[in-house]
Amino acid sequence: MSKISVVPYGPQHPVLPEPVHLDLVLQDEKIVSAIPSIGFIHRGLEKLVEKRDYKEMVFVAERICGICSFGHGMGYCEAVENVMKVEVPDRAKYLRTIFQEMSRLHSHTLWLGLAADAFGYESLFMQTWRIREKILDMLEMATGGRVIFSIVDVGGLRKDVPDEMLAEFAKRLKDLREDYNRITAAFLEDDAVKSRLCGVGVLTIEQANDLGCCGPFLRASGVRRDSRMTDYEAYAKLDFEPVVSHDGDSYARCVVRIKEIYQSIDLIEQAIAQIPAGDVCTPVKGMPDGEYLARVEQPRGEALYYVKGNGTKNLERFRVRTPTFANIPGLVEVLKGQDFADVGTLILTIDPCISCTER
Amino acid sequence: MSIGVFTKEVIYNLFHKPATEKYPFVTREYGERTRGHIENDMNACVLCGMCMMRCPSHAIKVDRNAYTWSINPFSCVQCSYCVEGCPKKCLSMKNTYTTPDTAKNTVTLKYSDERIRAEEEKKKEMIAKAMAAKKAAAEKAAAAAKTAAETPKAAAGTAGTTEKG
Repeated sequence: MSKISVVPYGPQHPVLPEPVHLDLVLQDEKIVSAIPSIGFIHRGLEKLVEKRDYKEMVFVAERICGICSFGHGMGYCEAVENVMKVEVPDRAKYLRTIFQEMSRLHSHTLWLGLAADAFGYESLFMQTWRIREKILDMLEMATGGRVIFSIVDVGGLRKDVPDEMLAEFAKRLKDLREDYNRITAAFLEDDAVKSRLCGVGVLTIEQANDLGCCGPFLRASGVRRDSRMTDYEAYAKLDFEPVVSHDGDSYARCVVRIKEIYQSIDLIEQAIAQIPAGDVCTPVKGMPDGEYLARVEQPRGEALYYVKGNGTKNLERFRVRTPTFANIPGLVEVLKGQDFADVGTLILTIDPCISCTER
Repeated sequence: MSIGVFTKEVIYNLFHKPATEKYPFVTREYGERTRGHIENDMNACVLCGMCMMRCPSHAIKVDRNAYTWSINPFSCVQCSYCVEGCPKKCLSMKNTYTTPDTAKNTVTLKYSDERIRAEEEKKKEMIAKAMAAKKAAAEKAAAAAKTAAETPKAAAGTAGTTEKG
């Protein structure tokens, strides 16, 4: 038996997109256990509810994350709308669904690029991010921002998206599908990629359930759970079935995300085909009084938004539970018994977003 | 076994134009809706301060005494919330990004000299009017007090007696 050593990993590491620190307990090249620690980028955004009124808070909620910003804004608005009993117009619901799915599209594409970079396939990384740029262009055209859209508002949306623009989206999505076909083949079929992903970091269905994982990380282990099945926004009217894989390894997580990309394109196309005409915003009167917990399926998994109002313009409490927070116990379990060289890839397979987690 | 899956992409790239643009020669065109930076038309602005109250990042300052409207473009988060709330519609969101700077300088806009003069005169006029109104009110009150003092002396006397009683 060789002796045990502890290797600090992160928060600054070339493979990590965001600062998470892990103390890896190693025996030879194998990981015995991992002790995670976060807290490097806490910004105190939840505390800001005491200083900003509930409408300004939409902008703060959007800035919780730089990738899934739309979902955070939407989750917050949904919670406040439920507290204030505001009925959102149908068109706004469909547009929110479209933007949420486009966010998922660009988030998953970003993840594919980062994963390619983590296992050392730089040209694949660049080609993947080239596709992402096209999605960001579409989002900028519709909302005015590339990642922070500032289009969602309590009661609906700030701006309407004209039908011609939606038709243009449908056209561009068709081209995107072809781009994805070329790129995803490299992830799914290339032997070099498979050798880094297949059978690495297996999380069984029991473990995934017990540790309370969420999102593609959970679904890759065979659990059919997705908050979009709770039929918020326009998901009830769309044909939706969660993507599930049963292998539970890194490759399965990659496959789930790739399938979700195609599913998102499908959902956007369905929403564009069905979208009704009408207003996009219901005027809101009064101040929030009461509490509500909203669930939103973010690209990384289920996020919870708790809002408590006391009848004044400032909320009393705003709490967000982000998907990465739920996935860290799963990550620690996955790391056990793995090679030291796979740590980077494995951390990325949960698609960590530490800025969200710490807020 | 599959090797060279990426070859297809490589060949595609050989026969397609690059994804990037030759920057200084070709500049990117921004869409109509792009939120780049805030501009204020000082000719229409009435310095009501609505934008200052709405700004989530406290980037806008309005000083009504100095007739200035200032914004720190490096604090501004381009949320467009001030533009939506502007009663005079003098604020607008432009689609080009903020210009770079060596320090986080504030941009200050001021009323034109003519407008300041006009505003000062208006202010003086208003003060004079207010003073006159105050004076008139005071005179009226004094006259009323005088008449009140002259007429109901007897009533005051009776009031005094009732108090005693």
